[in-house]
Amino acid sequence: MTRYFRPMILLAPLLIFLALAYMLPFAGVIGWSFTRPEPGLQNYTAALTDPLILSVFWRTLRICVMVTVISVIMGYILALLWVRGSPLVRTLTELCILIPFWISVLTRAFGWLALLSSRGLLNGWLEGMGVIEDPLRLVRNEFGVIVGMVHFMIPFAVFPLASAMRTVDERVLMAARGMGASRTRVFWQVFVPMTAAGLMGAALLVFVFAIGFFITPAILGGGRSVMVAELIYLRIFQSPDWGLAAAVSVILMVAISALLALLLKQLSPKGGDR
Amino acid sequence: MIRLRPGLLAILLAVLVGVFMLLPLLAVIPVSFTPKRFLSVPEGELSLRHYRTLYEDREWLEGIWLSLRVGLMSAGFATALATFFSLGIWMFRPRFAGVLMGIALLPMVAPPVVSALTLYFFLITLTQMNGVFAYDTMMGVALAHSVMIVPFAVVLVSVSLAQVDRRMDLAARAMGAGLGTRVFKVILPNIKFGVITAFFLTFVLSWEEIAVTIFITSVEAVTLPRLMWQGLRDNIDPAIAAISVVLIVIVTAVVIGRAVFAALKERRV
Repeated sequence: MTRYFRPMILLAPLLIFLALAYMLPFAGVIGWSFTRPEPGLQNYTAALTDPLILSVFWRTLRICVMVTVISVIMGYILALLWVRGSPLVRTLTELCILIPFWISVLTRAFGWLALLSSRGLLNGWLEGMGVIEDPLRLVRNEFGVIVGMVHFMIPFAVFPLASAMRTVDERVLMAARGMGASRTRVFWQVFVPMTAAGLMGAALLVFVFAIGFFITPAILGGGRSVMVAELIYLRIFQSPDWGLAAAVSVILMVAISALLALLLKQLSPKGGDR
Repeated sequence: MIRLRPGLLAILLAVLVGVFMLLPLLAVIPVSFTPKRFLSVPEGELSLRHYRTLYEDREWLEGIWLSLRVGLMSAGFATALATFFSLGIWMFRPRFAGVLMGIALLPMVAPPVVSALTLYFFLITLTQMNGVFAYDTMMGVALAHSVMIVPFAVVLVSVSLAQVDRRMDLAARAMGAGLGTRVFKVILPNIKFGVITAFFLTFVLSWEEIAVTIFITSVEAVTLPRLMWQGLRDNIDPAIAAISVVLIVIVTAVVIGRAVFAALKERRV
């Protein structure tokens, strides 16, 4: 008996805490999705047929795909220098990745507002130089959301990419060079394929993160390009419709669990690979 | 051995990306010195009024103080729970270790907004039972933050446990040490730094937590991020630029300090 009991002294506190404070309440949220305002499936049918909500889903998907592609490309460039640059370059790259990474999401969103808003720095410079007459509209729209999200996601793309690049065997690259391949060819035909798993992992990670992301889209979108997470917020606090918010949350949770399962499959070592 | 270094084009592109990463952080600096009451770039005249606001305005001081207390409480609680849990997994290797670990990491992998709605449900249910751990109270926020940060503490403590030599624990057990002695006298001293790191990281995470905090507070328990959020959503208050500069300077100093420390250590070896 003690064999089963003793581990529980250590394991139980956290498990009980999460069961009471997280799993049970999540069951409650699922309950809301079926019972508010009245019992039935109407929240799910609404979420999947209402053109307004569908357009939010589509916008989220579109923005997330764009953010993922841009972040992974930019992250790849940074990761390349972080892993393969000279020591000084490596340190500088590291600072460009880690300083923004540790700064709060609110501060970063505010930085973009300061830079891109109509009274911000960029419009000030452009007007000062006489390039434009009226300030450009760069935030409180989809453009601002994408810029801010890409900035937030790049470090999350860099980490898996950098670890994939660290496992690339230098000798393979040297061999390709020795056989007469040009630098460009070594990069595209040897290096990139060898880091393909890292690319997939980074893309999935960024996509999963982006799809449930709340703060940056809410601030830089300014309520104009609402994404799924902000929809949930608005349905809870502005047009009280708890059932629908709960149903959208459950759909989001299911979608993300499926993507995470894919990510885990991607990251798990394959037989005979190494 | 000759290394294949990135080419000129890669370096050029990376400089552009690096500028993109740092630009919004730099943009905050001039804005924080504006003499005006709204978001603007100072023209000629500079002013420190927005920095003064930070330590004269009760709202900001209370936000900082609340965030500090919530951070210390939730980080302490979460680190303690996570340490015992990780020890349990490491020492006993229970049968469903993978599943148990998955449960512990759940709040980390779920989208923040789903966690926010879940914790909102949790706290409004609790509010009907008591007034301490309730919606829009300090203890309520600390409880919700604990849920959100506990997975990170589990990861960090587990990583540092993975480096402990099991034979040490076996030796202690063979000498007749009980569970308490093994945990407190043998294993914990060896993972001290992991536990301290977990506490520090979870404190920072709680200090910055905003997605959940928006859902579970309204007017009473206004943490620093919540205060910034209000200022960003409505009219943009330049005091946010001032607090942002302060936070950016702290983070930059820590990150550069660590890089210098690492470089010095490398040179000495």
